[in-house]
Formats: sequence, C-alpha cells, structure tokens
Amino acid sequence: MLAKPVMGALAPIVMSVSIFSGAAQFAALSVLAAGGTAAAAIGAGVLMNARWLAMGFAVGPSLSGAAPARALRAQAIVDASFAISSRGDGSFDQDRLVGATLPQAISWIAGTIVGVLWGSALGDPEALGLDAIFPAFYLALLWGELERHGAVNGDSKRAGVAAALGAAVALVVMPFAPAGVPVIAAVLAALVGLKRR
Amino acid sequence: MSAAWLTVVVLFAVTIAFKAAGPVTVGGRSMPTRVADVIALVAPALLAALVVYETLVAHGGGIEVDARLVGVVFAAAAVAVRAPLLAVVSLAAIATATARVLI
Repeated sequence: MLAKPVMGALAPIVMSVSIFSGAAQFAALSVLAAGGTAAAAIGAGVLMNARWLAMGFAVGPSLSGAAPARALRAQAIVDASFAISSRGDGSFDQDRLVGATLPQAISWIAGTIVGVLWGSALGDPEALGLDAIFPAFYLALLWGELERHGAVNGDSKRAGVAAALGAAVALVVMPFAPAGVPVIAAVLAALVGLKRR
Repeated sequence: MSAAWLTVVVLFAVTIAFKAAGPVTVGGRSMPTRVADVIALVAPALLAALVVYETLVAHGGGIEVDARLVGVVFAAAAVAVRAPLLAVVSLAAIATATARVLI
C-alpha cells in the first residue's frame, strides 16, 4: 500500500514474489519514493539483503545434496526461517528452514496484493502502528534464539553477549551508514564465538 | 524499462545469488568447532541488530526515536511473559498507534 503511488500496481506484487524481503523492499521503495534513481534504490536493497549472504554461509554446511539442490533450498533463507531452523549449536534443520518459509511466502505475497488493491481503504500504516511490527517480530525471534542456546549449550550467556554486541554495533553505525549496513556490520559480534569456552 | 521494474529485476537476481553463495560453496561440509561456535552466534547478533535497526531507523537513514520504541517496550514485556507471536506483534502495533495519538 506504500508502494502503489511510486511503483504502480504490478511491480510491488512481482517484487514481493521475487525478492520476498520486507527490509530490502522498503529500503528500495523509500529511495524511489524520495525521487532517487534505480541505481540508488538497487544499492539500498542490495545492502539490506546482504545479511542473507552471511546467513547463507552460516546455513550452508547444514544443507545436503548436490550444489543445485542446495542453491534451491537456500532460497528459503529469510530472517524468521533462519532463526526458527537454528539449532543453537551452529547447525540448522534444513526441513524446518523450507517448511517455515512456505507459509510466510504465501502470507507476504497475499498481504502485498491486499495492500496494493485495498491499501488506501486501510488508511495510514504508521497511524495503525504497523511499522512497530517489524522490530517486535525480530525481538520475539531473538528471544526464541536465546532460549535455544540455553537449551543446547546449558547457558545462553555467549548468545546474549553476541546479541548485546550486535545491537551496540548497529546503534553506533546507524547515524552515518546507509540503509542495511548497520545490520551487516553487527555480524562481527558473532566473532565472540572464537573465545574459548 | 522503468526505474521500478529495473530495481525489481536486479534485486531479484542479486538476492538469489546472495542466498545461494554460501550453500553452494560450503554446503554439506562439517565445520571445525571454532567456526561452528561463530556461526551459532550469527543469528542472535543479526536479530538483535535488526531489532535496534527497525526500531530506530529514520526515513532515508539515520536515527529517529519515535512511537515505535513504545511498541517495542510493550513487545518485550509480552515476550517476557511468553505471549504468542501474534499477540506480541499486535500489542506492539496497538501500543505504537496509541502512543502516536497521545504524543
């Protein structure tokens, strides 16, 4: 519903089907809405989705089968599925990864179609507080992730330290870095895993 | 091709490549313990950063403290009492919308 004035009706729907990332779609859209070029919009979307490059390398060792099959299964990597399929010990359940993504894809695409067709009837998404859904969603995923670490390793202290550091890095980098970069920079916090137990 | 369609097509291709790169190159291998220890911490680090980022990011980059923060505080309380996901995000939206009316 945000996209229609900038992108027309069809492009946002195709975008949801093909890119399937709220963060990247909003980042690219906000550039286009501000009158930016396609190159700037692509840059913002690429930086936002670069976190999936990091997630891909994390999930990679847990995926079995030939390279094309792994590449196909890797397309199921989205934030929530990455978190849900994480076992907390560095390995991932590949069936859960795919299984968690399918219902999300369906509701994301359906939501975009509803937004494009009837969004103007719903009113201003920010007045409805819909922008707070994203951080709340990630917070719930983070909580589940910390609990899994507690269950697997006996304590979730290292995961808590990595989370606190990741949040701090993002906060420090945010004022001067372009969209998405603070999130990628936060991956560095995972290096606390190098510390011996 | 319009700017919107060009953006969609290029982002599609880049996104596929990003997701496939890791699984194609390191797929199916067992990792040394120290690497696995780092990998295990990627999810909490990324998720915590996403919470901060999505709570505070301003339109066009930079930091903006607004009613989203109220919603996230309520969401944290809901998470702490083990409320279901739908309740967590609904509460966040309602608290944020209410804060926008009141502030």
